[in-house]
Amino acid sequence: MDARLSAEQRALREAAARLAHDLGPGSVGDLGNMPRAARLEAVMAAAGWRELRAASGDDGTGEPLASAVDTALVAEELARGLADVTFLGPTLAAELRRLAGAAPASTLETVALTPALTGLASASAPHSTTADTAVAIDSGGCTSALLLVAGPDGAGLATVALTAAKPAPDLTRPLTSAQTTGAERVPARLALTTALLDRWSAFTIAMTCADLVGTMRGAVHLGCEYARIRRQYAAVIGTFQAVQHALASAHVAAEGSASAALHAAWAADALPPGEARLAAAIAKAYCSRAARSVCETVIQVHGGIGNTWDCTAHLYLRRALLSARILGGTAPSLAYVLANYQISGAA
Amino acid sequence: MDFSDSPQEASFRRRLRDWLAVSNPGLPAFSTSDQYWAGAAAWHQALYDAGFFGLSWPAEYGGHGLPAVYDVIIDEELAAAGAPSRPSLGYLVQGFLKHASDDVRQRFLPGIISGRDRWCQGFSEPEAGSDLASLRTSAERDGSRWIISGQKIWTSYSDSADWCLLLARTDANVPRHRGLTAFAVRMDQPGIRQQPIRMINGVSREFGEVFFDGAAARHQDMIGQPGEGWALAMTVVSHEREPGELGYVARYTKAARELVQLVRSDPGRYLAEDVASVGWAVVAAEMLRVHACRRLSERLDGLSPGPAGSVDKLLMTETDQAVGHAALAVSSFASGSAAEGEQASGDSWLRMYLYSRAASVMGGTSEIQRNLVATRVLGLPVG
Repeated sequence: MDARLSAEQRALREAAARLAHDLGPGSVGDLGNMPRAARLEAVMAAAGWRELRAASGDDGTGEPLASAVDTALVAEELARGLADVTFLGPTLAAELRRLAGAAPASTLETVALTPALTGLASASAPHSTTADTAVAIDSGGCTSALLLVAGPDGAGLATVALTAAKPAPDLTRPLTSAQTTGAERVPARLALTTALLDRWSAFTIAMTCADLVGTMRGAVHLGCEYARIRRQYAAVIGTFQAVQHALASAHVAAEGSASAALHAAWAADALPPGEARLAAAIAKAYCSRAARSVCETVIQVHGGIGNTWDCTAHLYLRRALLSARILGGTAPSLAYVLANYQISGAA
Repeated sequence: MDFSDSPQEASFRRRLRDWLAVSNPGLPAFSTSDQYWAGAAAWHQALYDAGFFGLSWPAEYGGHGLPAVYDVIIDEELAAAGAPSRPSLGYLVQGFLKHASDDVRQRFLPGIISGRDRWCQGFSEPEAGSDLASLRTSAERDGSRWIISGQKIWTSYSDSADWCLLLARTDANVPRHRGLTAFAVRMDQPGIRQQPIRMINGVSREFGEVFFDGAAARHQDMIGQPGEGWALAMTVVSHEREPGELGYVARYTKAARELVQLVRSDPGRYLAEDVASVGWAVVAAEMLRVHACRRLSERLDGLSPGPAGSVDKLLMTETDQAVGHAALAVSSFASGSAAEGEQASGDSWLRMYLYSRAASVMGGTSEIQRNLVATRVLGLPVG
């Protein structure tokens, strides 16, 4: 039992942090800086971080190139730096293809979720008259999305084209609508059993938890920076106990979240699917509740400024709100924990 | 990065599990009745004799010299077996290890670790709570002895302790943090009187107050140097904030399992919000379990708890009180079957809830911990 990061993991974390720091948006206005965003995209593509979960074998089989913990470290650092670059969507798509034993996608691909974002969307029946829609998450630069399709021996994978951009709460990661008709089946060696889908859900939730942890850490840092410079009553507000305690509580919530999220990421690879899914639900319940509260606190510490469009604080809140929703936020996660917590046997 | 057992850890876990299957004393839930404290000493000695206590402490004092993460295994298995948590005295041991001379360590640590000698900690006073450095209990040199006068309060286990780790003022003419010295003081001597404090859950065998009127400590039982008392106290309290050191993870996990079992066994009986509070107890207990694992893993780098211990204390308090709220939710008081005062006071879930209110006070209040997090961890300016 050794929950420390390896030297390689610390180096990966630092590299992701550096990328987000150097090329992420330093301000709300910088979101529209297209040359910067293009450089960020180019470095991300060159780093190969979107393929960390691709199978190590050429034929789409074998272990992933990197562990879920490694991938979570990248997710966390990108969120901490509010990196407006596509990462989560293609990572989740690569995980699905690997689990199904399908060849890697040839173009940038994300996943399509149900409209409430609670799970993978399913393709409509061939002659369905209802035009279901799905939501492709983190879809910047993506041309298609993966969803489930019913097959003779269990669920399979199919791709659908993306249609129109959707209004997104998160200003750093766009959403796009996807039609669930006209899905094109992806050749795959394995049917996606409940166990494999649990494995994917556990991984996906762990990644959203890592994103929430990065969001919280970035937000707390922003709040502390402001509390060190904003003066009222002839003192910087960071000297006031009320402000100190609010930020201290936010930091504590982020640290508890970090522990739960790290365990969930480890579990996604190391534990049987059901246990991994439970570890993910525990982390998600904790992180999604904490993240909203932490981001709201940081807005409050900024006072009136925190409520303006140009203050970075709402970028963290918006990113947290989206990550919390993906595969279920606080209430669904808590319900999952209550239904599945093991009360006998070893911990 | 691996939360799973190494082969050595796995074999240790199996040995512990086999032992627990026949050795669980079946005490009531932690600190919900005097019966718990009456059995605590025997439980300590049983754990020690079987080789399951003091794992990370040096072998020369009766420990096992193992990495601190072995305590995670202990806590997980105690919870899984429904056994009581391990004795919480790691902070005393750490105080001796860091500050006491070889001679003092040799004389006292084996008895502390084995449970042969019972210890209490005399720090807080009626006028020195959060502001510990203002304490007034004095020790005056008299040849080879020091004569002690004053009063201590919130002294855990004062009724059963053989020894007290006492913090006293030995020099009133230096700045207040520098005039304090620590002593090991025998409790069974004239000049010491202790009386129990009955807490809000009715338990009276955990906390006491202790009056010193001409009691003596031998000079050779001074711990550390004169004036080193504050540094020792800070070592002790920083370890007292560590869930990994205290072993509380076991009791939270055990309570969480029992609570889930209860709401599953009779789903129609509880309100949705009461069931949700049980869910939060599970989430918090599991968060703390892996958090303690993360922290104890950092000890492999030789790190000792610094200001981040205050973060851990706040997470432990959050967990303690989440479990407390879940306990309240399933208590007879909440479910309405026994709202009468007398019956409710006989309800161990209600007593567990009431006990949880102390979590944000003992070992340094949550307000003090947040001050420390803000200034020492986040680096916010001191006003």
